[in-house]
Amino acid sequence: MTSAVAQADVPVPHQARGRRSSLTRSRLRSAWLFIAPSLIILAFIAGWPLARTIWFSFTDADLNNLNDYEFIGFENYLANYDGEWLGLLTDPDWWHSVWNTVWFTAVSVSIETVLGIVVALILNAAFPGRGIMRAIILIPWAIPTVVSAKMWNWMLHDQFGVINDMLLRLGLIAAPITWTANPDTALWTVVMVDVWKTTPFMALLILAALQMLPGDIYEAAKVDGIHPVRVFFRVTLPLIRPALIVAIVFRALDALRVFDLIYVLTANSRDTMSMSVYARQQLVDFQEVGVGSAASTLIFLIIALLIVVTLAAGRVRLGEDPR
Amino acid sequence: MSRMFATLAAAAGLLVSTGASAVEISLSCSALGKEYEVCKQGADAWAKKTGNTVKIVSTPNSATERLALYQQLLAAGAGDIDVFQIDVVWPGILGEHFKDLTAQAKGLDQHIPAMSDVARVGGKVVAMPWFADAGLLYYRKDLLEKYNRPVPKTWAELTETARIIQEGERKAGKNDFWGYVWQGRAYEGLTTNALEWIASNNGGTIVNDTGEVTIENPNAAEALKTAAGWVGTVTPEGVLNYTEEESRGVFQAGNAAFMRNWPYAWALAQGADSAIKDKVGIAPLPMGGADGRHAGTLGGQLLAVSKYSKNADAATDLAMYLTGQEEQKRRAIEGSFNPTILSLYEDAEITKASPFIGSLRDVFANAVPRPSGVTGENYNKVSTEFFNTVHQVLSKRAEPAQALTRLDRDLKRIKRDGWK
Repeated sequence: MTSAVAQADVPVPHQARGRRSSLTRSRLRSAWLFIAPSLIILAFIAGWPLARTIWFSFTDADLNNLNDYEFIGFENYLANYDGEWLGLLTDPDWWHSVWNTVWFTAVSVSIETVLGIVVALILNAAFPGRGIMRAIILIPWAIPTVVSAKMWNWMLHDQFGVINDMLLRLGLIAAPITWTANPDTALWTVVMVDVWKTTPFMALLILAALQMLPGDIYEAAKVDGIHPVRVFFRVTLPLIRPALIVAIVFRALDALRVFDLIYVLTANSRDTMSMSVYARQQLVDFQEVGVGSAASTLIFLIIALLIVVTLAAGRVRLGEDPR
Repeated sequence: MSRMFATLAAAAGLLVSTGASAVEISLSCSALGKEYEVCKQGADAWAKKTGNTVKIVSTPNSATERLALYQQLLAAGAGDIDVFQIDVVWPGILGEHFKDLTAQAKGLDQHIPAMSDVARVGGKVVAMPWFADAGLLYYRKDLLEKYNRPVPKTWAELTETARIIQEGERKAGKNDFWGYVWQGRAYEGLTTNALEWIASNNGGTIVNDTGEVTIENPNAAEALKTAAGWVGTVTPEGVLNYTEEESRGVFQAGNAAFMRNWPYAWALAQGADSAIKDKVGIAPLPMGGADGRHAGTLGGQLLAVSKYSKNADAATDLAMYLTGQEEQKRRAIEGSFNPTILSLYEDAEITKASPFIGSLRDVFANAVPRPSGVTGENYNKVSTEFFNTVHQVLSKRAEPAQALTRLDRDLKRIKRDGWK
């Protein structure tokens, strides 16, 4: 992501390719000079660990003794023992965690996007106390995830939880719901808490886009007597779409590597395990650095693939719009 | 923090007074309830005696998190902690990082056999037993009297009695009263619970002493079927997410007739703010049937000395002192930690301080160890597969027999070329 942005920022005049002028060359040199520090830092903090993880995924390394391991090729991913296929790619738990993560990302990001637009539209309107309102709505986003997850854990508790108590008093349920224990409700509970936490982030990004919109279009629409709903779908939505796609990609990236929320709410439960929880369990609980690294490598590939697809889809549509 | 500063200040003072030979030993001990206080008193006594100093390192309360921390520290070969307080199932996982204590551990045979078995890994003594725990049955004395029922000896009796009391109490208007609560969340605690049902029904201990996977047998399936039958009838469905504290919450609020828990719940159930003070009794967990056995899963803690310690001799001395007879006796009296040295169970002073300790002796002597020694580094995987399978059976998403067949296959797959 960052390197793509950095490249886009460097002014590379297309027509000058091949026979560059001295001015262009010196510009290029200084551009490289400016981005060199961030590239070096990136290589150290992102490139090196990534390369090491990928290397470990081809070994039988063990957390107990990290210096003594052998290269075993693709055995952590797929291997045949006496006619039986083993390895990460045959592990139903792994695929279940992939499915959980993708489902969680699709559902939570969709809900957050819709709610984020609604909240942003409300905050964009002029009403008394708007400044305070904008600050207040950011509070869930500002609380560290571990803290808010722990807080929700207590609120959702089947014995002492305030949510069950409220629902019982209102007569909506007959017996306390075991929110995080019941496999049918656990993943929805995680989605609910995530929506509570990250809707403000979506709202903030969309609000920023809304404030950039020129007022004259809306005046023109008003003069023409167009229904506000139609204005929203025909004017507002197309205009904020670039910002919206950036917000969705950011959120999806975040959601695909979800860990803290699920780990605090439901620990290592198979029903709600995400890809990151699976990788951590292999790496730390089972000490299988090899398998854990293989899982991490697959997470990296899956996220990269999904983001490339999303960006490509977004760029094609973006390209159509202005022309 | 202030306590830590006090320790450091005391440490500095001692350093000055005893000269260059004194060293600083860091000891990790748990800070649950009274544990920190009692641990520090023992460490300070040793420090005074030897002229060394002891720094107590705080560790996370959750056992899973603590194990993860230890694994990372030890895997990096870090000598930051010299003496580790470890759980009874960890010697197999962490054993290779610990110093062999065979030369010092001559008295190991005087400890509870199950505890000294756990301390030996691959012919070496990697840790010294410190205190013991085992699963117990808590019951309401007053309710058994009211309904004229004996303390259950078998699981069938327990089910029957729990049903009778639950029906009676509900008729009397206590709508959230339940018969029996235990720990059913998919975590290590469920392994201990399920092992008790299965072992008491002669269904073995998942993996036997020689490393063979034995879980697929009709007795084990029968035991799981009985347990699954409790959920929703005499046990609330929420038990599927209960740990020790949730089940104690229900029992101590007076909303259950029976509870399975560790000995620590006794002092709390008898506390001044308890709704059931003086109405509680403890007994060994029921047998599977007339030919079954009483089987509480063994818990407890040991002390191990890090191989990477820079002052291994002093650290070993501290570990031996803390696990020695005199200190175990003090801990039993001050903090009702159950000693692992068998002769202490007849000690008059200890019996006076905690009257139920004598009856615990048999429970500990018959306690079932989890298969952590034989499965070694793979224990966590075995336990995870086991509790996940049991959890599926309890939540009625799998039939016991088929689930055990699948578990058997999965465990053999983990074993592959033998346990490490």
